[in-house]
Amino acid sequence: MDEGTELSLTIAQIVQRLKGSHLHSQIERQAKECLHQPEIKLESLKEDVRSFLKTSGWERKLQNAVYRELHVQLPPSHPAAPPEHLKEPLAYMRKAQASWEKRVLKSLNSMSTELGVPLARMRPAAEQKELANKWNEMGTDEPDLTRFRPVYAPKDFLEVLISLRNPNHDSSEDVSAKSHWGLIQVPLNVRDIPQLRQAYSELNLFTGQLGIDDHAHIHPGSADLFESEYVQIGKKVVVEQDSAAAQQYSRQGCPTGLRADLWALILNSTNQPQDVMHYEQLKAGVIQHELLVDNLIYKDVKLTASNDDYYFVFEDFLYQVLLCFSRDTAVLEHFKYNSANPPKSYIQGKVGDDECAVVYPPNGVIPFHGFSMYVAPLCFLYNEPSKLYSVFREMYIRYFFRLHSISSSHSGIVSLCLQFERLLQTHLPQLFYHLRQIGAQPLRIAFKWMVRAFSGYLSTDQLLLLWDRILGYDSLEIVAVLAAAVFAFRAENLMEVTSLASAEAVLADLSTLKVMPLIQIFLFATAI
Amino acid sequence: MAGKVKWVTDIEKSVLINNFEKREWIQVTENEDWNFYWMSIQTIRNVFSVDTGYRLSDDQMVNHFPNHYELTRKDLMIKNIKRYRKELEKESSPLAEKDENGKYIYLDFVPVTFMLPADYNLFVEEYRKNPSSTWIMKPCGKAQGKGIFLINKLSQIKKWSRDSRTSTFVAAAQGKEAYVISLYIDNPLLIGGKKFDLRLYVLVTTYRPLKCYMYKLGFCRFCTVKYTPSTSELDNMFVHLTNVAIQKHGDDYNHVHGGKWTVSNLRLYLESTRGKEVTGRLFDQIHWIVVQSLKAVAPVMNNDKHCFECYGYDIIIDDKLKPWLIEVNASPSLTSSTANDRILKYNLINDTLNIVTPNGDIPDCRWNRSPPREALGNYQVLYDEEQAQSENAERDLRSRSGQSLGSKGTKGSAGIRPAAATWK
Repeated sequence: MDEGTELSLTIAQIVQRLKGSHLHSQIERQAKECLHQPEIKLESLKEDVRSFLKTSGWERKLQNAVYRELHVQLPPSHPAAPPEHLKEPLAYMRKAQASWEKRVLKSLNSMSTELGVPLARMRPAAEQKELANKWNEMGTDEPDLTRFRPVYAPKDFLEVLISLRNPNHDSSEDVSAKSHWGLIQVPLNVRDIPQLRQAYSELNLFTGQLGIDDHAHIHPGSADLFESEYVQIGKKVVVEQDSAAAQQYSRQGCPTGLRADLWALILNSTNQPQDVMHYEQLKAGVIQHELLVDNLIYKDVKLTASNDDYYFVFEDFLYQVLLCFSRDTAVLEHFKYNSANPPKSYIQGKVGDDECAVVYPPNGVIPFHGFSMYVAPLCFLYNEPSKLYSVFREMYIRYFFRLHSISSSHSGIVSLCLQFERLLQTHLPQLFYHLRQIGAQPLRIAFKWMVRAFSGYLSTDQLLLLWDRILGYDSLEIVAVLAAAVFAFRAENLMEVTSLASAEAVLADLSTLKVMPLIQIFLFATAI
Repeated sequence: MAGKVKWVTDIEKSVLINNFEKREWIQVTENEDWNFYWMSIQTIRNVFSVDTGYRLSDDQMVNHFPNHYELTRKDLMIKNIKRYRKELEKESSPLAEKDENGKYIYLDFVPVTFMLPADYNLFVEEYRKNPSSTWIMKPCGKAQGKGIFLINKLSQIKKWSRDSRTSTFVAAAQGKEAYVISLYIDNPLLIGGKKFDLRLYVLVTTYRPLKCYMYKLGFCRFCTVKYTPSTSELDNMFVHLTNVAIQKHGDDYNHVHGGKWTVSNLRLYLESTRGKEVTGRLFDQIHWIVVQSLKAVAPVMNNDKHCFECYGYDIIIDDKLKPWLIEVNASPSLTSSTANDRILKYNLINDTLNIVTPNGDIPDCRWNRSPPREALGNYQVLYDEEQAQSENAERDLRSRSGQSLGSKGTKGSAGIRPAAATWK
């Protein structure tokens, strides 16, 4: 397929997707209304309307919407490729994902049967009223959750990834310097340091970085200068309302005071009145119906964020966002490009009858232990629930879903694991060998960090600097790089440990780490 | 200097004892010769009482000023601040400037407060101006949230009324049951829907000239229950009071974080949601009110050279990001509610000792009170009157000789900057 055909195909698809969107009707209305203006002339109608849309900012909004579409959903590699290839091109990955989903759903269903809790039920009027009244203080409720346990924890998922095999690839050879020492045994193309240096060129030692060059003790004098100039540029980016510029800017980090605006801009999450309305509808849905997964959400927040030094303050926001999220059928859209499929449940007595199948939970996402940590850091940026919600949802359907679906995507968790292990094996072979010998496979320690994109492990300011780069480079790859960099940073101590437990102890507290110096040194000052 | 410091304490807290032991100081009893006594406020009263006539020698140091209560008793603090404002006004100082509503522009940092029963009539006058507001009653001499309650009707404080000639009034007049009544901040800044206050630690090594330090690792204390300004909840103290001593009795008290959030979290949150400038201004204002409260009591404070004091400042921020000084504690709790809390308090004592007993040597009350920068630990200089005066003098000299002021905003003196910045 030549470039021209590919481009026109992409354009056709984007046009298709934007048709019927709210933006489409808004622009249409604007174009109609501007006809009454004197500067619109009949003889130059097309140009005049265009220039009107440009000067009134609608063109930029359209650009941002197109930019979003390009990032969220890549066009298929070939027009004849079946739709499941858009989800995941490798058959064995699709199969593994399907059997994992089956397992998770089975465990959810058996929880429902064992505990006698229905998957969903209408709340009686009195209960609806009560919930509506305490919507802002759900945290004060202490429902008995002892019977509920998380459907799965990251370590269960890791076992599945470890057992992944490509049927066309023989990985049974003996351990040698050339073979792969890690736990992930599937061949995927992941980038090595020279390739990463090219891809992440803005992180090099000579480019200013927020998270490094704004600290006065590193470059006394020049730090102030870098920061103030950089902040000025950031303000301009925000004024221009240009998603692409914001994304490029975010690669060197977002200043704290501008981050909320910049992230929303990158994600094209504009918080329009219809977004607020959508959120209110979801809220009404939560009040009307109770779902079994609500208990899992409560339990997860109680187990994680409520005990967290940084996030406990936001407990109530987390319930609000996560409960609404579970009811949001707009999330289903992302299953077009997610290797996962939304779980289905059947109306009582009609098991197996596809006509009676419904997606459950309505958004198709079963929360697992630690899920609330995807939302928690965002609470530092957005104090308005509807805004917080729309930014989180966009982050989820662009990035976070990849951290718990089995796929061959560069940003997928399998690639991240493999990349982490390859980086470690290539650049810290002694350390890797030592840890492997004492039964402390590095991935067993690093996996929990990566599944949560480090949320809950780093101090919040550092986490936000890391997520700046996820957004800036539109990839989760940096998470694997940081995981390897953390091992490199603690290598000396790790060389002395003799058990998995003591290795875990050395890496138990990451809250004092400064992520950008670690990443920069690992990528650009490691001998290759 | 030879010899080891001999220490005594009547507060058996590990964060203290561990710090003394780390310095290899020697524990003695209070009847022996001692150099360093970390004492409760009950003990300090005896040490400096006229009857006992205790005379401290040059190598002895204690952790309170003799009449610290001028700052740390709620009624006296208010009295001193009111007097301080009046004096500045009399001098027609620009600091005492008022806005069109007659409110001090720079010195309006404590909620409107009256003593009861003494100011009962004044209070009623103020109350009638705005009868829908809520007021908070606090006993003058108690701490940790004891005896506090909220009122929104005059009838609720009849006991303290001047007109009533009942026996309760007599009891109240004897001082023990004296209360202060303050306008309740009913528009507090909420984070995650929850109310909080700020606990900041401030070290004073001398009042004349004033030298004080702000501890960087303060924290926010959160209510475990959602804040509702509705009066139906007036009886539920958990909603309104943030003292850990009170909150610990709440069902939701969490023993991992203890409802405490670091000031750096607060700064990150505010900068992210409100912007850098307003956040910077808020912290400048907080520094400003601490310095002003200390200046207000400096003239009446017995500036005994054997003393230093580490205060716990309680500040509430309202939803317009204006900080309000609620009270100052002379003996901030050294009990640790969580692991992080223990580390914080251990470091607080450690950094305090590094400043007041340089090198861990035997104290000399004539010490110069100018610790080197590297001894400050997590403290930062908040205000140094000597330095400020010499800088002012220098500035005067320069402007008189026609030199431009230039930009002498050295970042190091960040502690002084806010004061100077708001000064104008």
